[in-house]
Amino acid sequence: MTIMNMKKRMKKISALRRKRIAGPILVVAALFTIGTAFGVASALPSAQQTPASATSPLVSQGKAIFLRGCSSCHGLNAEGGSIAPALIGVGGAAVDFQVGTGRMPMADMSMQAMQKKPLYDPAQTAALAAYISSLAPGPASVTNENLNWERDGNIAQGGQLFRTNCAMCHNFAGQGGALTNGKYAPSLMGVEPKYVYEAMVTGPQSMPKFTDATITPQEKLSIISWLQSANHEQNQGGASLGRVGPFTEGLVAWTLAIGLLIGVSTWLALKAK
Amino acid sequence: MADKKTSPTTRTGKLAAGAANYADDRLGSAGYLKKNLNKIFPDHWSFMLGEVCLYSFVILLLSGTFLTFWFDPSQRDVVYQGAYTPLSGVSMSAAYASTLHLSFDVRGGLLMRQIHHWAALIFMVAIVVHLFRVFFTGAFRKPRETNWLIGIGLLTFGIIEGFLGYSLPDDLLSGTGIRIAEAILQAIPVVGSYLAFFAFGGPFPGTSFIPRVYMVHILLLPALFLALITVHLMMVWYQKHTQFPGPGRKESNVVGYPLMPVYMAKAGGFFFIVFGVTAFLGAVASINPIWLYGPYTPGQISAGSQPDWYMGWLDGLVRMAPPLETHWLGHTISWNILLPSLVLPGLIFVGMTFYPFIEAWISGDHREHHLLDRPRNVPNRTALGAMSIAFMVIALANGGNDIIATHFHLTINGIMWFTRIGLFTVPPIVFIITKRVCLSLQRADRDLVLHGRETGRLVMLPSGEMIEVHEPISDARKWTLTQHQQPEALPAPLPEEALVGWKGKLRKRMNEAHNVQVPAATLSELKELGDSHH
Repeated sequence: MTIMNMKKRMKKISALRRKRIAGPILVVAALFTIGTAFGVASALPSAQQTPASATSPLVSQGKAIFLRGCSSCHGLNAEGGSIAPALIGVGGAAVDFQVGTGRMPMADMSMQAMQKKPLYDPAQTAALAAYISSLAPGPASVTNENLNWERDGNIAQGGQLFRTNCAMCHNFAGQGGALTNGKYAPSLMGVEPKYVYEAMVTGPQSMPKFTDATITPQEKLSIISWLQSANHEQNQGGASLGRVGPFTEGLVAWTLAIGLLIGVSTWLALKAK
Repeated sequence: MADKKTSPTTRTGKLAAGAANYADDRLGSAGYLKKNLNKIFPDHWSFMLGEVCLYSFVILLLSGTFLTFWFDPSQRDVVYQGAYTPLSGVSMSAAYASTLHLSFDVRGGLLMRQIHHWAALIFMVAIVVHLFRVFFTGAFRKPRETNWLIGIGLLTFGIIEGFLGYSLPDDLLSGTGIRIAEAILQAIPVVGSYLAFFAFGGPFPGTSFIPRVYMVHILLLPALFLALITVHLMMVWYQKHTQFPGPGRKESNVVGYPLMPVYMAKAGGFFFIVFGVTAFLGAVASINPIWLYGPYTPGQISAGSQPDWYMGWLDGLVRMAPPLETHWLGHTISWNILLPSLVLPGLIFVGMTFYPFIEAWISGDHREHHLLDRPRNVPNRTALGAMSIAFMVIALANGGNDIIATHFHLTINGIMWFTRIGLFTVPPIVFIITKRVCLSLQRADRDLVLHGRETGRLVMLPSGEMIEVHEPISDARKWTLTQHQQPEALPAPLPEEALVGWKGKLRKRMNEAHNVQVPAATLSELKELGDSHH
């Protein structure tokens, strides 16, 4: 190839560049490249979770349960409806929390889903979780065993995080509290660590979602450690009176204490006769 | 005893007599002691409510002194390294850390803290129940109006003292309370923000508030209490105790037992019983578990934050206040704080303070009274008292609306609306019902005197008629049930010239309402019935 030839070729390319069609072609090419790169990247195993193959038996079992028990409100393809949210992308964690604690299927739509005896056993719950996570990636469900809260959690740090982020609804000792219009933050006493973790990452009912950027996984384990410690802490100083603050203390003063004292007064006044 | 000059024969007796003579020769104490040790007090269980207040105050002084040995009233930052591990390594104020130290590292410290706090609750409950007794029996009437005023003072200072006391540990709950107190200060129009800056020595929370509160809590207010309680008791001593009506009991005498030995023994024993009840609660029931609340940080708050009960009604009023706020000439007036936390309590306390004078103005009764009223015999006053209690209970219930909501599965908004409406509608209904109940009880008394007690024995007469046998009640009981003043017998009914104008008309209307009564059974009625009775 001569230099002349090359120059001619360059001219041809630059002429092409100036044509009107050049812009749109470039945009399409760029989109194709980025799209392909993104597709490859998201197909890589990530921290989020690998959606099980859409054809795995677990998924089809989960889909069968879903169609029977959940689709009347959440839609045939979990796309949601007028009375229930879409479940695409909520992840296995949300399913494990909501179904595992018996909140879903919901018994009563008036206030909020309440904890009750679970309708589905752990295997069925896992199948449901697999089906929901096959629809789109989301936070994966966890197990009590793979949460190393005893090793990685710091109780004192957890207490501070709890008082900053959780106590405003769940009370200083995790006893639960009232929200507006009959909604409530439930008591956290006796709740399994994995459900606490899943609630934090999925934000069920009125609860905000605490992403790993807001509260890191290690901090979440600290919160669980503190809750476990509060749950098992013996009551210093006698009966706890419900750990709800001075309300019950006042009740005791107005019933037991003054009752005893008035009783004794009456007895003393009687004896003098 | 000294003037009888009976010489003791035993060795101990001689020693005691010698000591008594020694004191008498120098202080002239025999006459004083004789007069005062023989002082007569009437006996009734409700007269011991004031004693409960006094004894819990003594317990508060003793246990409080113990607490001061370890408590450090400072807001400087420390890192906790004590025995309570869930907080180890947490940064907190020295006040909070020293309270933790007091609770977990000082022998008997937690028990003392709990005794102190329970004694405070019992102190306030006993003051309020004592107030009920004084109010419903009319013990505040002439000549005891001044003692009523002192009592109101003690109640007011008690509320403040209690609030300041539980604010000291600087825990998350009490810090929230101090924040609300700051908001109330700021709600005072125009000068509020300056006052708050003055109280906190700068912006909230600052570092000077707790040291200041400490001085007021352990020095200023206790001194004030001591002074007021002393005057309160001296006046009871000087004016003599009131007594319930009964045979032989008159406005001019006191029927009861002497201080020595009866009341000395009783009061001494009762002190230990009050201490016992307080110590029992301190030992078995946790109170103000500050380690669970955590240290105070303005960025944190707990659901269901409550004040102690004697502040709870204020909290309830604030919680139910509608969100009203006006901006005027560069000043913000927060009516939602100002009205429920300052204006309304102000009105309530002013009304309570002046009640003895208001009632005397309405009734026109300015005579001295040493015989108590049976509550049913003054229906208007009793109804007013019941109405005030209903108001307070509703306000208090809303103060705990979140706890009630979670524990009874109710909606917090529903409770708020119930109390918002109930605050205005329930007290009048309670007034009407109480007044009717009082009048019915008067009617029942009248029946009891005229027709005797229902025995529940049914007898069939030969004619086939069934009757219930009524047994006449004792003459003493008859006297007690009929002795009360009838309105017609008031010495000086309101003079005509006092009843002109709107004020006079109002006074006349209130006087009529005050005097509504079922006439007590009279002797002639009794005699008339006696002739025709079976």
